[in-house]
Amino acid sequence: MDYFFELFLGGLTRGSIYALIALGYTMVYGIIELINFAHGEIYMIGAFTALIVSSVLAFAGMSGPSVLFLAASVAIIYSAAYGFTVEKIAYKPLRQAPRLSPLISAIGMSIFLQNYVMLAQTSDFLPFPSLLPELPFLESYGLKIGSSEFIILVTTAVSMVLLMLLIKFTKMGKAMRATAQDRNMAMLVGVDVNRTISYTFIIGSILAAIGGVLIASHIGRINFYIGFIAGIKAFTAAVLGGIGSIPGAVLGAFILGWTESFATGYVSSDYEDVFAFVLLVLILIIRPSGLLGRSTVQKV
Amino acid sequence: MNAFAQIRQSLIIALWFMFITFPVLVVRVNTIEKVVEWRWLNMIYVGIGSFLISFVWRYFLERKAQGGKEDTHPAPATATEKPFMQRLMAEPRLYRPFLIVLSLFGLAFPFLPFASTYQINIVTNALLYIMLGLGLNIVVGLAGLLHLGYVAFYAVGAYSYALLYYHFGIGFWVALPIGALFAAIFGIILGFPVLRLRGDYLAIVTLGFAEITRLVLENWNGFSFGPSGIAGIPRPGLFGMEMDLHQGTIYIYFLMIALCLFTIFVVNRLQNSRIGRAWVALREDEVACEAMGVDPTTAKLTAFALGSTWAGLAGVVFAAKTTFVNPASFTFLESAMILSIVVLGGMGSIVGVIIGAFILILLPEYLRAFSEYRMLLFGMIMVVMMIFRPQGIIVGIRQIYEFKKVAAKEGNRQ
Amino acid sequence: MKIRLSGRVFLSWFIIAGLAGIFAGPAAAADTIKLGVAGSHSGDLASYGLPTKRAAELVAKEFNAKGGVLGKKVEILSEDDVCKPELATNTATKLVSRGAHVVLGHICSGATKTALGIYKDAGIVTMSSSATNPELTQSGKYPNFFRTIASDDAQAKLDADFAMDVLKVKKIAILHDKGDYGKGLAEFARGFIEASKKAQVVVFEGITPGAVDYSAVVNKIKQSGAEAVIYGGYHPEASSIVIQMRKKKMGTLFISDDGVKDDTFIKVAGKAAEGVYASGPRDTTKNPLAIAAIAANKSTYNTDPGAFFLNGYAAAQALLNAIQKAKSTKYEDVAKALRTYPVDTPLGKIKFDKRGDAIGVGFSMYQVRNGVYVEVPAATPAPVKKKK
Repeated sequence: MDYFFELFLGGLTRGSIYALIALGYTMVYGIIELINFAHGEIYMIGAFTALIVSSVLAFAGMSGPSVLFLAASVAIIYSAAYGFTVEKIAYKPLRQAPRLSPLISAIGMSIFLQNYVMLAQTSDFLPFPSLLPELPFLESYGLKIGSSEFIILVTTAVSMVLLMLLIKFTKMGKAMRATAQDRNMAMLVGVDVNRTISYTFIIGSILAAIGGVLIASHIGRINFYIGFIAGIKAFTAAVLGGIGSIPGAVLGAFILGWTESFATGYVSSDYEDVFAFVLLVLILIIRPSGLLGRSTVQKV
Repeated sequence: MNAFAQIRQSLIIALWFMFITFPVLVVRVNTIEKVVEWRWLNMIYVGIGSFLISFVWRYFLERKAQGGKEDTHPAPATATEKPFMQRLMAEPRLYRPFLIVLSLFGLAFPFLPFASTYQINIVTNALLYIMLGLGLNIVVGLAGLLHLGYVAFYAVGAYSYALLYYHFGIGFWVALPIGALFAAIFGIILGFPVLRLRGDYLAIVTLGFAEITRLVLENWNGFSFGPSGIAGIPRPGLFGMEMDLHQGTIYIYFLMIALCLFTIFVVNRLQNSRIGRAWVALREDEVACEAMGVDPTTAKLTAFALGSTWAGLAGVVFAAKTTFVNPASFTFLESAMILSIVVLGGMGSIVGVIIGAFILILLPEYLRAFSEYRMLLFGMIMVVMMIFRPQGIIVGIRQIYEFKKVAAKEGNRQ
Repeated sequence: MKIRLSGRVFLSWFIIAGLAGIFAGPAAAADTIKLGVAGSHSGDLASYGLPTKRAAELVAKEFNAKGGVLGKKVEILSEDDVCKPELATNTATKLVSRGAHVVLGHICSGATKTALGIYKDAGIVTMSSSATNPELTQSGKYPNFFRTIASDDAQAKLDADFAMDVLKVKKIAILHDKGDYGKGLAEFARGFIEASKKAQVVVFEGITPGAVDYSAVVNKIKQSGAEAVIYGGYHPEASSIVIQMRKKKMGTLFISDDGVKDDTFIKVAGKAAEGVYASGPRDTTKNPLAIAAIAANKSTYNTDPGAFFLNGYAAAQALLNAIQKAKSTKYEDVAKALRTYPVDTPLGKIKFDKRGDAIGVGFSMYQVRNGVYVEVPAATPAPVKKKK
């Protein structure tokens, strides 16, 4: 049972990271129907910025939670700035273009950002300081959970609640929902669509940056390439849950995390990804628009 | 916008870029020696660069916006008003001399002084991607099914030849149709479960399918020899003639030209066939297409099967050309590259795909001069090209069917 | 119709021809000895390829300072293959076209295998500093191939024997990164362990490189009760696994290969790296030639030597030396010279056997102690500090 619980926990942790990235995919998709392939790169840039800031602070003699706080804040600001800029450069001029054009632009952007970080920094793996504090109280309560896992879970949960509140109750959230439903109609009733889209990218990037900082300090290493696989997985999670649906992305991410974890634990990690993708295919055959996706009735 | 406002805006942009590139481009931490390297010069470069580029960028965007407006006014399209490229392709008087020169060049290319083995090899590579692009064009460009796992069928073709040779000693020419057939069967197997899926759901399932294929090839040692791959696959033979490397490369070059011409011929015929029009109808509106009596199931399955066939053919050639296959050659990035060829060139346009393949495959090779910056430039060029030509380099020309009065004899034929 | 469309193909050729004309440039006619250097000079495995490139440049400089080879200057032609088999053919044909006399490369075994066919057809001697796949020399398919590193099966045997005889563990988990190199090594290790019957392989699995984390597989190792892990693969994944094992307070021993015997591993894994074993090329850093080579690297490039630097250095020396001894750049002569005349290199005095493996190059076991790799004798184990 212990083994089961540990795998469950591992899957949950991994799922949380997927969820943080998947939210960015699903929000962007919901609003402009674009698979933002460069989103994984935003996550990577978040992690890199955090690494740079925390190292500079560490050399300057700072330590403790203030480093974590500053590094994470700067990472969030920069990821948001990159998300915003990428949208302005690579997607905004393509609003009226054929559907696949922004997709190719996104792939190009992804290649560009990867190489930009590689050239400006390094192609080597870099050690990432474990910024997350050790929480001794966990052990004293006899909980079988590592402190970094605990922090990841709590941070993810808090971010998601905040996101929910933001979307449900703020004016910006309303504008986002309106734009997702019908962009032209939203424009007619006075929603600034361009600004709303920018906000969506910024929020998605913030979540990705949080994920990037958390996972980098959990596994302790980064390089310029980490965004790619995480991005693909998060995208899978978003589709699994029904792309465009926010609770769907979270659900999809957890299911994906658990599938991978249990497949490794009980079968073999050789076929970890195979299980994940087979599950995806099966779910989509039964529910063609994902678990919580809107199955739109085709109007004629 | 007056000059002052322009400069002000560019200044803001320059400052913004200096800000966002600051941590990555200016600071570099050396965690071993615990020193921070500050590269302030980079910041100045970024500032000046983005200031200048923003002018150019805005100028071209404005020009594009104006150009777009002109297009929306439907002008009576007489032959003389069409853009040069379209006229070139539409009028025999114009394209025939071009053709003759180009075909002569194509035939003479391997014997020209600058055509080293390397040059021929990379052009052959581009030809291979033309085949792949045209095959994917059937699925994406014509039938409108977003396919992100095309590389799986490429792998099926390559492994068909490799394994057939390894186990049974089957040669290239026999393996070619078998590889294509296997790929087609695989295409149908993938086609069935995804029939109900639309748009991006289809995209992720095809992506997943390609990943599954690659992982199986990687893990199932008994079948595919795992990641160490299969080496020593023979190059295609020509009546048992012995060829050295250069001759062999030239031979594969001509082989690829023949295969490309064959592909172009078939795809072009398909486009104008009953099934081709069914695909286009499917792409435009699935429901309406079904209402008009087109069976979407058959149309989708044939699109998958035919698209995969070309990937299979290309795969066999790939295996023969590199003489080695392993799963590392069939990653998602490869699928993305083939898709980019189709979209960049212009969806649904054969010439577009050809130009797209040449650009995307040869560009990284010629960018070798910029060594480590080549992939950076490549990504940038992809973005810029999409922004300034979102519909692709060559816009697919719609086939226009004109109603002509037919002779009574034909009219009565029913 | 057919002709009409094929014409459009040619249109594109026209463009290409223009480009080709511009970039092909004047054919290098200068009379030099051309040493091709191929490997991963960019991309995620660049840290394995660049040291060899630097080594080749240093060796060329050294030879040129002494008046070159056969009275000609040595010229380096360097090409990047990103360790991808399909790009390696382009790289190889490019080197052949540029008239390389001998080639130092490639770095990864997969890319090497692809490229070797081309070099073989072109009659070019190829020497790798890091391609360890046994098949490359043992299959006899590539008579033109030489290497200055021992093959995977030798290394797997060392790892397996070390675990069973020195560390005396009974339950071993074997992991690999599903790559050509890692999986091959893992399978050899499993074969040796199963054949010796001295220990039991409790887990044998491939992990996905670049995955977000490896907690599931770490849990599995914990569950299996393995006392040691043998890992076949490169350092990025190894460091993640070790860090996660230590985070879970597992004292499981970790034994790996020369993909991990890289200082980057220690930098990345930090404290978790302490006590990790890794096999790597025999320690020759006390060899005066090696000291000189490392010093030259430091003064010229201001970096650490990096992975396979000495192997690359030795390979470049061996190749140029063979040309000098053979007094020719012809394939047969160079190959014969490599097999006949021993050469002094940072790896010691080496020459090559019939299959192309260097005689006198082997592996040793290292352990991370206080943040550096220290060679440990294969017989007397260092006291293993089990982390609590």
